[in-house]
Amino acid sequence: MFSFHKSPRLFAATCCGILLASVPVVGSAEQAGHYGYGESATDEQIAAWDIDIRPDGMGLPEGSGSVDEGMAVYETHCASCHGSFGEGMGRYPKLAGGEGSLDQDRPEKTVGSYWPYASTLWDYIHRAMPFFAPQSLSDDQVYALTAYVLNLNYIVDGDFVANRETLPKVEMPNQDGFIWDDPRPVVNNERCMKDCKDEVTVSDSAEGKNLTPSTTGPLDEGITE
Amino acid sequence: MFGKLRRLNRDMSKVVLEESERLPSAERRRFLRSGLFTAGGVMVGGALAGIAPKALAGTQYPPEIPAWTRTLGPGVVADPYGVPSPFEKEVIRRNVPWLTADKVSSISFTPLQHLKGIITPNGLFFERHHAGRPEIDPQQHRLMIHGLVERPIILSMEDLQRFPSVSQVNFIECPANGGMEWRGAQLNSLQFLHGMVSCAEWTGVRLSTLLQDVGIKTEGKWLLAEGADGAAMTRSIPIEKALDDVIVAYAQNGEALRREQGYPIRLVVPGWEGNTHVKWLRRLEVGDKPWMQREETSKYTDLMPDGTAHGFTWVMEAKSVITSPCPEMPLRGKGINQIEGLAWSGSGKVKAVDVSVDGGQNWQQAQLREPVMSKSLTRFSLEWKWDGNPALLQSRVIDETGYVQPTLAQLRQVRGTNSIYHKNSIQTWQVNADGSVVNVQLS
Repeated sequence: MFSFHKSPRLFAATCCGILLASVPVVGSAEQAGHYGYGESATDEQIAAWDIDIRPDGMGLPEGSGSVDEGMAVYETHCASCHGSFGEGMGRYPKLAGGEGSLDQDRPEKTVGSYWPYASTLWDYIHRAMPFFAPQSLSDDQVYALTAYVLNLNYIVDGDFVANRETLPKVEMPNQDGFIWDDPRPVVNNERCMKDCKDEVTVSDSAEGKNLTPSTTGPLDEGITE
Repeated sequence: MFGKLRRLNRDMSKVVLEESERLPSAERRRFLRSGLFTAGGVMVGGALAGIAPKALAGTQYPPEIPAWTRTLGPGVVADPYGVPSPFEKEVIRRNVPWLTADKVSSISFTPLQHLKGIITPNGLFFERHHAGRPEIDPQQHRLMIHGLVERPIILSMEDLQRFPSVSQVNFIECPANGGMEWRGAQLNSLQFLHGMVSCAEWTGVRLSTLLQDVGIKTEGKWLLAEGADGAAMTRSIPIEKALDDVIVAYAQNGEALRREQGYPIRLVVPGWEGNTHVKWLRRLEVGDKPWMQREETSKYTDLMPDGTAHGFTWVMEAKSVITSPCPEMPLRGKGINQIEGLAWSGSGKVKAVDVSVDGGQNWQQAQLREPVMSKSLTRFSLEWKWDGNPALLQSRVIDETGYVQPTLAQLRQVRGTNSIYHKNSIQTWQVNADGSVVNVQLS
C-alpha cells in the first residue's frame, strides 16, 4: 500500500550523523542477546499494549460499530468539545467540513478535508479519546465512533458498519494530498555579505498589537482572545 | 564512624560560636537563641530558609558595608534541593493563554532572554504536553520492545541502566516554534517567539544498543515509539535514524529527567522535530512500514499553498536568533554593545553566524563561542558600536552542510502562510532610538 522512498539527501544526512556521532564511541556491533537484560515479553503482554493500527488494517481487533450506534456514543462522549456536527467548540478541533479549503486563505484541516487514512481515526480515538478519559471506550464503541465521524464527513453512507474488513477499504478524500518524501531544502538563501539589497521596508510590527502576555511578574492569565 | 561525626559536630559548633562572637552582643544573643544552633551541635538547616527576601532599607553599596556582610545566612541544606535566588523569580516558563483550548494539551516557553549559556536549566526547559504530564512510578514503569525482533522484551528502569550509557548535548525544538508569525508580526517577546527550543546534556542508552540486543529482523525498516501518557503519543521513525544517534534517555543535565521531560525515560532524536522525542516512553515496536499516526498525518505535516502537504519533514533546519538585545532586554545605552545570540541546526554543527544591523543589506561574521557541538545550541556574539539611531538587527546561520538560514520573504514565497511548522526564517529586531526593541517583519 505504501510506496515510501527516502531521498538520497536524507541518506546523506543520516550517513553524516553516523560518522560524526557513533564511530569513536560505539565499538563493533554486539551479537543479539549479548546483554540479555529484561524479561521476555509474553504474547499476552504484547497483545495488551500493542494498540497501534496501520492503514492496511494491521492491528484492528474483532468487533464492529454502525453509524447509528456511533451517534449515541458521540453525543455522550464527544459533542461537548467537538460539537454535535463535528463543527468544534471553542478551540477544540473541528472534525468535519473544510472540503476544498486546503489551498484557500483559511484552510480547515478536518478528518474529511485533510486526514489521509481512516485507520488513524480508529487508532487515535482508541488511544487518546475521550480527552478526559483516554482508553475507556470498548472496541465496538470505537468502531461506531469511527463510522459516525466518517459519515459526518460524507465519506461513508448512513448504513455503514465499521469493522476490521470494511475500515481499511475506506478511501479518504485527501489520501493523495501528501508528499511523504521530504523535499527540503525548498528555499536556498545565499550568503551575501555586502550591498545585498537596495532598500529595506518594514512591512509589519508587533508593537501595539496587545497579543503578548507579560514576561515579567507572575504568570499572565489575563490575556484571552 | 559515629565518633567521627561527633568530632565533626564539635568542630562545627566551634565555628558557629566563633562566628557568633563577631556579632554585636544583642545580635549574638538572638543568633544563639534562634534555634539555628543547638546543644548537640547540630545545625537546624531550615530555620532561616523560610525567610522571605525583602528590600533592605537604604543602599548597600560603597561606601556602605552591605547588611549581608554583617550577618550570617542560612546554613547548608537550608535548601536540600537548591533553588534559584528569590530575586530571579521572574525567570520562569510562561504560556500564551489564548493559544490553546486547555493547559493540559498546550505548550510553555523557555525564557531565552535570561539564559546565559547553551544548557537550559531543567526547570526552564520548554514543555509540550498532549494530555498533561503523568506521574509515573519508575518501579512500575516498563519499556516493551517488540514487533519484528528476534527476542521481544520488557525492561524495568533498573534493567535499562545496566546497559552501557552515553551522554550527548542536543537541542530539542518544537517544529511549531515561531509558527504564530507566518502571516505577520504578532508577539513582541523573544520568549514567546522562539522559546520552544531548549538544550540539555542527555544521558541514556543508545537505541542501537537496545535494538541490536533484541535482534532486528531483516524486514524491520521502521520503529514506532509510544508514550505512557494519556495521549499515548506515537511517532514512526525510520530504522536508519533509530540506529544512528537516537538514545533512550533517563537523565538530563546530570539528574533524572524532569517529569515534564518524560520521567523516567524519553526518546532523544537529535536534530529532529521535538514531537519525535517521545516522552514517558513505554513501547518501541519494529515494523516494515510507517504507522501513519495522528501526530504524523493530521498534525506535524506542512500545508503548502497549493493545498498539498509535506509529511515526514523530520529535520529541524538551521535557525538563529539574537537574544540580546531583544524586546525583553533593550539596549542600555549608546556606545559599545555586545550583540549575542543562539544558533542551531538539526543537520549537524553550526559553521558560521552573520549579523546585520541594517536589515540585511550588509553583514558581518560573528564570533562563535565554544563549545560548538552537533545538533546543539551554539552561542555567537558580535561587538557593535551603537550610535543611538534606529537599527534593524538580524542574525543568519550557516550550518556545516552549507545551508543558509532563509529570510521570511523567501520562506513565504515557497511555503505560503499556512504551514504552521518549520518556520526557521531570519528574525528582525527593530531597535528604536530609546533602545527599546520590537519584533518586526520585512517585505
